[in-house]
Amino acid sequence: MRAPISDLPVVLEDVSLQRGVATILDRISLTITPGAPTLLIGPNGSGKTSLLRLCMGLAAPTGGRISWGGRSDPAPTRRAFVFQRPVMLRRTASANVTYALAQAGVPHAHRPGRAVALLERVGLADLAHRPARLLSGGEQQRLALARALARDPELLLLDEPTANLDPAATRAVEEIVTSAAQSGIKIVMASHDLGQVRRLAGEVVFLARGTLCERARASEFLDHPSTPEAQAFLRGDLVI
Amino acid sequence: MPDHLSALQLILSGDPALLAIVRLSLGVSLAAVALASAIGMPFGALLALTHFRGRAVLVVLLNAMMGLPPVVVGLALYLLLSRAGPLGELGILFTPAAMVIAQTVLIVPIIAALTRQTVEDLWVEYRDELRAMNVGAVGRMTTLLWDARFSLLTALLAGFGRAAAEVGAVMIVGGNIDGFTRTMTTTVALETSKGNLPLAMGLGAILIVIVLAINAAAWGTRVWSQRVTG
Repeated sequence: MRAPISDLPVVLEDVSLQRGVATILDRISLTITPGAPTLLIGPNGSGKTSLLRLCMGLAAPTGGRISWGGRSDPAPTRRAFVFQRPVMLRRTASANVTYALAQAGVPHAHRPGRAVALLERVGLADLAHRPARLLSGGEQQRLALARALARDPELLLLDEPTANLDPAATRAVEEIVTSAAQSGIKIVMASHDLGQVRRLAGEVVFLARGTLCERARASEFLDHPSTPEAQAFLRGDLVI
Repeated sequence: MPDHLSALQLILSGDPALLAIVRLSLGVSLAAVALASAIGMPFGALLALTHFRGRAVLVVLLNAMMGLPPVVVGLALYLLLSRAGPLGELGILFTPAAMVIAQTVLIVPIIAALTRQTVEDLWVEYRDELRAMNVGAVGRMTTLLWDARFSLLTALLAGFGRAAAEVGAVMIVGGNIDGFTRTMTTTVALETSKGNLPLAMGLGAILIVIVLAINAAAWGTRVWSQRVTG
């Protein structure tokens, strides 16, 4: 059904992103390999979203190189993205998933069955025929996850998917992310919620002012951060 | 058509000649809307999603062409379609086919320009999501056109309103031949100049009711669509 090509590892070499005179990301080198979830943390404006967009291929770096499974072609094959505010297509929940399946190259006959399974996986089976834009914020985020999983990704990038959600909806999203990680999907997720980092992270990548300050196992980072920026961030100081 | 009847009597009695005029008018304008949508919507979407040198000029030109004077379109088509003209061989001058073409030319810019604006606005909203799903160029066009379907109704309405109301183009290329190419608007113009005001007023009233009814239906569709698609 699909060519046996892989998007992993994602390799960033000295990647920079300039916008006008502003430096959004400054010479970041990072290799993303299969394994436990990577949580991307840092204060607002530290470059988390930009770094995720570069990893997805939604933006091109102004300096340095990115490759996916050794290829420099940014067309996403085995990776998917969940936005902080996902855009629902003006169709039913089920049609949103079917659309993603179609774009991922799933043959027509297999789509209805796969759509049902995906909606069940995110707990939206009862709302399959509801117009997607009338779902609540938490339901829309779960539908966005179903659409992302429809791509059968090896790498799932999430940009603060629970930033606008209440605790119950946050838990539902975290459960889906955790089960995706357990099924072997590499998760890279931006977050500014340290509780979430504790719950989900295998490792942490800490950004401040567009530079990669620290990369460590989650427990190590949370208990013994090595850089002053990370120490200040964990103390709850304002890191600018 | 008996001249001594009042406008209301004409409408209520279902005068066959009058009905034929209404039917032809609607047929020509609806055919023009269908044809213009088939051309204008893909063209508008393509213009919304592509970038090339001179695109801005094309957009301004297209917007300006929304105001094409019908008599100028009629005259240009008359020259093309007349016996001595380049398309004279077709022999369709003074037929309903020529009228459909004239109205299509008039409203393609309206539908294309409004489609471009609608699709371009929706693209801003959908861009990241569609790129993340690796949707190709054709897929982007069809997705945006489909998801903008209820907004595009407005473009169709604008086109229909323009086609149904114009008189200059159909008068010139249709010739206003009784029982063959006589539409509501050309009849109103003719009967008014003859002093047959009841018939002119009756047709005018029908024209307004039709335009109102179609707009009301479209409004209802929009309200309903907002409820069911969000």
